[in-house]
Amino acid sequence: MKKYIDQGKNDTRSGFGAGLAELGRSNPNVVALCADLVGSLKMEKFIEENPERFFQIGIAEANMMGIAAGLTIGGKIPFTGTFANFSTGRVYDQIRQSIAYSNKNVKICASHAGVTLGEDGATHQILEDIGMMKMLPGMTVINPCDYNQTKAATIAIAEHEGPVYLRFGRPKVANFTPVDQKFEIGKALMLSEGTDVTIVATGHLVWEALIAAESLEKQGISAEVINIHTIKPFDGEAILKSVKKTGCIVSAEEHNYMGGLGETVAGYLSTTLPTPQEFVGTKDTFGESGTPEQLMAKYGLDNQAIEKAVLKVLKRK
Amino acid sequence: MPKLQELQDLTVQVRRDILRMVHKVNSGHPGGSLGCTEFMVALYNELMELKEGFDMDGKDEDLFFLSNGHISPVFYSVLARKGYFPIEELNTFRLIDSRLQGHPTTHEGLPGVRIASGSLGQGMSVALGAAQAKKLNKDSKLVYTLHGDGELQEGQNWEAIMYAAGNKVDNLISTIDYNGQQIDGATEDVLPLGNLKEKFEAFGWDVVDIEEGNNIEAVIKGMKEAKSRTGKGKPVCVLLHTVMGNGVDFMMYTHAWHGKAPNDEQLENALSQNPETIGDY
Ligand SMILES: Cc1ncc(C[n+]2csc(CCOP(=O)(O)OP(=O)(O)O)c2C)c(N)n1
Ligand SMILES: [Mg+2]
Repeated sequence: MKKYIDQGKNDTRSGFGAGLAELGRSNPNVVALCADLVGSLKMEKFIEENPERFFQIGIAEANMMGIAAGLTIGGKIPFTGTFANFSTGRVYDQIRQSIAYSNKNVKICASHAGVTLGEDGATHQILEDIGMMKMLPGMTVINPCDYNQTKAATIAIAEHEGPVYLRFGRPKVANFTPVDQKFEIGKALMLSEGTDVTIVATGHLVWEALIAAESLEKQGISAEVINIHTIKPFDGEAILKSVKKTGCIVSAEEHNYMGGLGETVAGYLSTTLPTPQEFVGTKDTFGESGTPEQLMAKYGLDNQAIEKAVLKVLKRK
Repeated sequence: MPKLQELQDLTVQVRRDILRMVHKVNSGHPGGSLGCTEFMVALYNELMELKEGFDMDGKDEDLFFLSNGHISPVFYSVLARKGYFPIEELNTFRLIDSRLQGHPTTHEGLPGVRIASGSLGQGMSVALGAAQAKKLNKDSKLVYTLHGDGELQEGQNWEAIMYAAGNKVDNLISTIDYNGQQIDGATEDVLPLGNLKEKFEAFGWDVVDIEEGNNIEAVIKGMKEAKSRTGKGKPVCVLLHTVMGNGVDFMMYTHAWHGKAPNDEQLENALSQNPETIGDY
């Protein structure tokens, strides 16, 4: 299989910060908003270089979403920044009415998604956000896998007209996608071709999928690994093409298996080419405090969980 | 009534607990916890009328809700030292499989906690429901809450503040940790709160100022004053003027220690300013 090299661990939120800073320089219409979490969202550089285009909202996320919607009326491209929980569940109706239904060009940028935010615990670890966001008509939902890809995605969504949910995380993880790779919204990336099973992963689980595929290779199992950074619009064709070859699929995400990537995959395949599928995701549970690694293991989100799911789905072919 | 010296000793011990807890896991929120130590010690050991043991309904006893859930270290230490759970359990703060989650939860069944908090701005609404349940139950005990000042930027608070006065929820004492700090800096710079006293009064609350929120005698006196004002048709607000990071010189007068743990050296320094009193866990 194709080998990927970790260029040095980094956090995806820093990729967001770097992308936003670059947008600050290249696009005068980009404005940024934050609800008392500037450091956590790595927005300092943008603020330093463009103080007049930054809006500190205070701890008032609902107000932030409304202000962001309003800023688009006048041609601004607002990027809101707070934790994923407070970017979605906290403000769902504000997003629904003032942003999605009103079709406003707001970029909802959400850090600390999933269990890997770690010690803060379940109150902050949202595992339902992809589901909530993908159900909103017109919303684009993106969950990049590493620093480079998050930076590229941040830059790409400024060019896209319409509301976007960009989901990223807190921990330092492997940075392995090419530094200059252009980000194409809605286009799945083939990471490694294989013939026995398809693994389609998003976010932090893409790297785990690559590790799992390497281990499977040693057992004589050829896994095809697809990085699906965009959950909506969904690149069904890429998945269909792959499962036509492999005949089974494992979906992997740091999210409840209900409502996330896995169900999007299953929904698509059930109407095109019904295919045995196993879901790697949290099993309808809240998270808890712990280190990211401990939580990934306990909640079945690491490479071993993916490997197990592959062995299981192969038997169902 | 516990002697003043005992409460003061407990305060120092709780500070040590907070510092050691956050240091061990290199995460958590010492600043607000230290600033609210005198208040929490006084509340649980001098002011609240509590039954033995813990049950969720808390009928015929005073209730407390921590709305600014990030200051869980002070909450856990005070609860443990009051006997709600073994003090050794403070060792498990923020670890996997612990009842002492980063932010307080009911999910793991920790005695003393009646609602999850951590996502800011929700505690007062819950307290209003509990206070009204007390009235329905002809239970004359009180409901206490604690909120961050930055937390008041959340609009839900103001829905609750309006409701409380409009519905004469006068068995409620809501205290604001008025430290003037939040994550990104001083509240004055992030989003000014304006005149909080006048705001609460304009919404129909009775407001008590405790100017020396880190002087336990002043806290007790002020809270007793607040208690005397309950049952008179208005909810009661206490503006507790505190210093974030109180009791550790290098953590005071800054937002820097809102959510940052001390390293080994800093811990040693901080603990030396707060010598062991009734015994470390
Ligand atoms: C709804 C929500 N938004 C944002 C946060 C992140 N957050 C945690 S504490 C905090 C600052 C709180 O300020 P304050 O209430 O003054 O508490 P202090 O810093 O004084 O302890 C923020 C923004 C949160 N926990 N919940
Ligand atoms: Mg404060």
